[in-house]
Amino acid sequence: MARVECNHIRHAYGANPTSPKDYALKEVNHIFEDGGAYALLGPSGCGKTTLLNIISGLLHPSHGELRFDGRDVTNLSTQERNIAQVFQFPVIYDTMTVYDNLAFPLRNRSVPEADVDRRVRETLEMTGLSDMADRRARGLTADQKQKISLGRGLVRHDVNAILFDEPLTVIDPHMKWVLRSQLKQLHRRFGYTMVYVTHDQTEALTFADQVVVMYEGEIVQIGTPAELFERPRHTFVGYFIGSPGMNVMPVSVSGRSARLGSQTIELPGALAGETSVDAELGIRPEYVRIGTEGFPATIRKVEDIGRHKIVRATVDGHEIAAIVGENAEIPSEPKIAFDPAGINIYADSWRVELGG
Amino acid sequence: MDKPWNNKAWFMVLPVLVLVAFSAVIPLMTVVNYSVQDTFGNNVFFWVGTAWYEDILASTRFWEAMGRNLAFSAIILAIQIPLGIFVALNMPRKGWGVPVCLVLMALPLLIPWNVVGTIWQVFGRIDIGLLGYTMNSLGINYNYVSDPVAAWITLVLMDVWHWTSLVVLLCYAGLVSIPDAYYQAAKIDGASRWAVFRYIQLPKMNRVLLIAVLLRFMDSFMTYTEPFVVTGGGPGNSTTFLSIDLVKMAIGQFDLGPAAAMSIVYFLIVLLLSWVFYTVMTNYGRDS
Amino acid sequence: MLELRNVTKTVGAVDHIRDVSLVLRHGSLNVLLGPTLSGKTSLMRLMAGLDEPTEGSVWFDGVDVTGVPVRKRNVAMVYQQFINYPAMTVYENIASPLRVARADAATIDREVRRAAELLRLTPYLDRTPLNLSGGQQQRTALARAIVKNASLVLLDEPLANLDYKLREELREELPKIFAAAGTIFVYATTEPHEALLLAGNTATLSEGRVTQFGPTIEVFRRPDDLVTAKTFADPPLNTIVLRKAGSSLLLDGGVNLPVPDDLAGIADGEYTIGFQPHHLSLSGSGPHSVPIRAKVTASEITGSESFIHLDFADVRWVMLAHGIHSFEQDQEIEVFLDTRHIMLFDASGRAVGSREKLAA
Repeated sequence: MARVECNHIRHAYGANPTSPKDYALKEVNHIFEDGGAYALLGPSGCGKTTLLNIISGLLHPSHGELRFDGRDVTNLSTQERNIAQVFQFPVIYDTMTVYDNLAFPLRNRSVPEADVDRRVRETLEMTGLSDMADRRARGLTADQKQKISLGRGLVRHDVNAILFDEPLTVIDPHMKWVLRSQLKQLHRRFGYTMVYVTHDQTEALTFADQVVVMYEGEIVQIGTPAELFERPRHTFVGYFIGSPGMNVMPVSVSGRSARLGSQTIELPGALAGETSVDAELGIRPEYVRIGTEGFPATIRKVEDIGRHKIVRATVDGHEIAAIVGENAEIPSEPKIAFDPAGINIYADSWRVELGG
Repeated sequence: MDKPWNNKAWFMVLPVLVLVAFSAVIPLMTVVNYSVQDTFGNNVFFWVGTAWYEDILASTRFWEAMGRNLAFSAIILAIQIPLGIFVALNMPRKGWGVPVCLVLMALPLLIPWNVVGTIWQVFGRIDIGLLGYTMNSLGINYNYVSDPVAAWITLVLMDVWHWTSLVVLLCYAGLVSIPDAYYQAAKIDGASRWAVFRYIQLPKMNRVLLIAVLLRFMDSFMTYTEPFVVTGGGPGNSTTFLSIDLVKMAIGQFDLGPAAAMSIVYFLIVLLLSWVFYTVMTNYGRDS
Repeated sequence: MLELRNVTKTVGAVDHIRDVSLVLRHGSLNVLLGPTLSGKTSLMRLMAGLDEPTEGSVWFDGVDVTGVPVRKRNVAMVYQQFINYPAMTVYENIASPLRVARADAATIDREVRRAAELLRLTPYLDRTPLNLSGGQQQRTALARAIVKNASLVLLDEPLANLDYKLREELREELPKIFAAAGTIFVYATTEPHEALLLAGNTATLSEGRVTQFGPTIEVFRRPDDLVTAKTFADPPLNTIVLRKAGSSLLLDGGVNLPVPDDLAGIADGEYTIGFQPHHLSLSGSGPHSVPIRAKVTASEITGSESFIHLDFADVRWVMLAHGIHSFEQDQEIEVFLDTRHIMLFDASGRAVGSREKLAA
């Protein structure tokens, strides 16, 4: 396993890029630590798969260098980089048995047959495919095929990193839970460096120790799931993570208070500098309280989604979503209050620190 | 088999049935009729039973022609299938080269059989043909009119030129349907060029290859127009295939009865061999 | 009103649909929920008239339409793949069903612009689908289904190929659009979460059978049987087999749950209980919370909540706990089960008793 270092990596698909708009990936500087579980999260077209393919060597970056454990691998081929990658749609060699599928990457590297057998059997055990070792890969279910793809990555003990490109897309919800927790256990047990690309926040947050949020070819925030949830650095992170996403509303801030229309909101800290500035207030629906205190609100709709309810309300013409408990009652004259712990202030979409 | 029974559908296929009846079934029955009778013209027929069939199956002439047919088809398949796969593998998969290659490949297929024959007949002539003249100028003794080997080479070359593109196009269609992820995964698995071919490309071409082999076998086994135009079955009987022999017998010698029996036998052989090919190859496809 | 009466569809020796009876009303949104190959698409094909049932009949507004081909039925369908005419502009794509119906130019223009407005496609009307994002392409396909003014609109996992966030947005818009159109909408999905967000009615499917049909939240809260409860749970439903003896429900490992009052009347014997992950918690209070010791197999953090995977007496459970909690693997922790929300199923998998008062 290796430490993967991206130095000033940029990539454009077209030839002769001129403006920043031509770049699918704009300047990425990031270190994936040895043994870490990372997720690259963002909407389609944000550059996450481009970055992944640059790491695996399927793409050569237009600029910048890539290092594995300090060694420059920018110009090495995919084979030479020795990485494993699992794709969105299961890639299996359908004329081979499950066993031969797993043995394939080893035999290609002329590993002695005795070692091949030992490692394949270990991997079959690990992925729970032992029962079907001698079956032809064709005709298996999507999740079994995806396990084979995964197994072909795990079978090589010496890989530098295992990369996942939206690997659970074609898997049924129940099976996703099973595969995801298996991945997590494998990571714990063997300490692989794993990079997982997805547009699904639940997958990203539950899988990774560190989530890299990407937007329009740039990294907007890197953090633990909790950091991304509580302190989104950019309003895009607030919107993209959480469902529903963070409420963002225009306010004017002076000192410790923010004005939203005719309402005044107490802030957890004061904004340094001038007296009154236009900014945005962000608060997640989880921190919006509905009860008898706060400012008056109109409830538009209550969505009961089983384990909790989503309340859609308006305050002074601004739409605000709130999450309330499964058994929560909504008063006849509802009022809305913001939990100060969940308030963040943004200027030009970037978060600003509030002073004591 | 579980489609709802729709009577209207039969009306739709009725015209086709009528057409097939006139163009295939009735002539076939006529041929069957001829094959069991003897005639001297004037519509006088004598019942001879299976006599013609016995004659045919006992004649060395028939078996020799049959041998030539089998040899020709075997050579054609042995060259065109690997060559077709090879060309298809090397065709571009993106960019401006794709339409250019496809058009080039389609061109020979658009030329009528007799024209192909004529082209090669002229091409191979030692006095004015580019091929024949060049070969002889280089000191290679090439004359398809007198030398059976040269005649065979000419016929095989002509067929390869004419029909390999069909195999290429079929294989190409199979190849372009392979998602990029397969090639990427193969790179990551460290697969060699041969392994990529053996485990990714070949399995994906299985079905189209089956069709290609069947089509090329049936077509080459029934070859008539081109050898007739180029060699007329000669020199000697060296390129007299079953079809050519059949026409010689029926029109040249006016032996309608034996010719009819022979065409029935010929028809059954093509049918049988195609069926054997089909079963063997589909079974192979299922197992692997 | 679309009615399926005892519909069965057999292909070869395999039953794709088994004895399904459903009544779908105009202006209703109906979700077909079930895993891959549970028969959602087969059922939609039968509703559309693309297939004919092997047994049973299909009725539309009181008329038997079994065997009436799809083109005579005024049905619109949207698939998982974004299917549009690649050479036509978005405008022409949306207009295509109207052109087939030979509507006049003014009507076409009005309808297309209305649908485009509804699906926020107005700025893209002059583009061709290939120059659009996946979400816009699928919105074009939806717009086409809407202008068709079909009496039945079938959506087969229409959002499955879209980004998570886009899905969230379209999911919110779709019920509004459906409500405005007044037609019968049928929406197939594999995701319980999606069914809950769409609301309306839900039919849960399992192995070609409709196991339950009713208002979505009711099916979720009060499943008739274990199969329905499992189909309608994401994360997977927590279950365990236990024994009822007198006033106790006895679990392995000496755990003893009091029998809830409304279930007091049931016979002693073996039952399966089922409960949702958020009905397990790390802190308990009151008589309804029963402590259980379980071993942690993995913890996943979603930001505001944590999924803790547990091993209890060789059964795997998931707990959804508020806040951020991370435990060592194999650590033994105490969790609390809220007995007010447990569902009880008998040996045949039928739900026992009525949980209505407390679960609501």
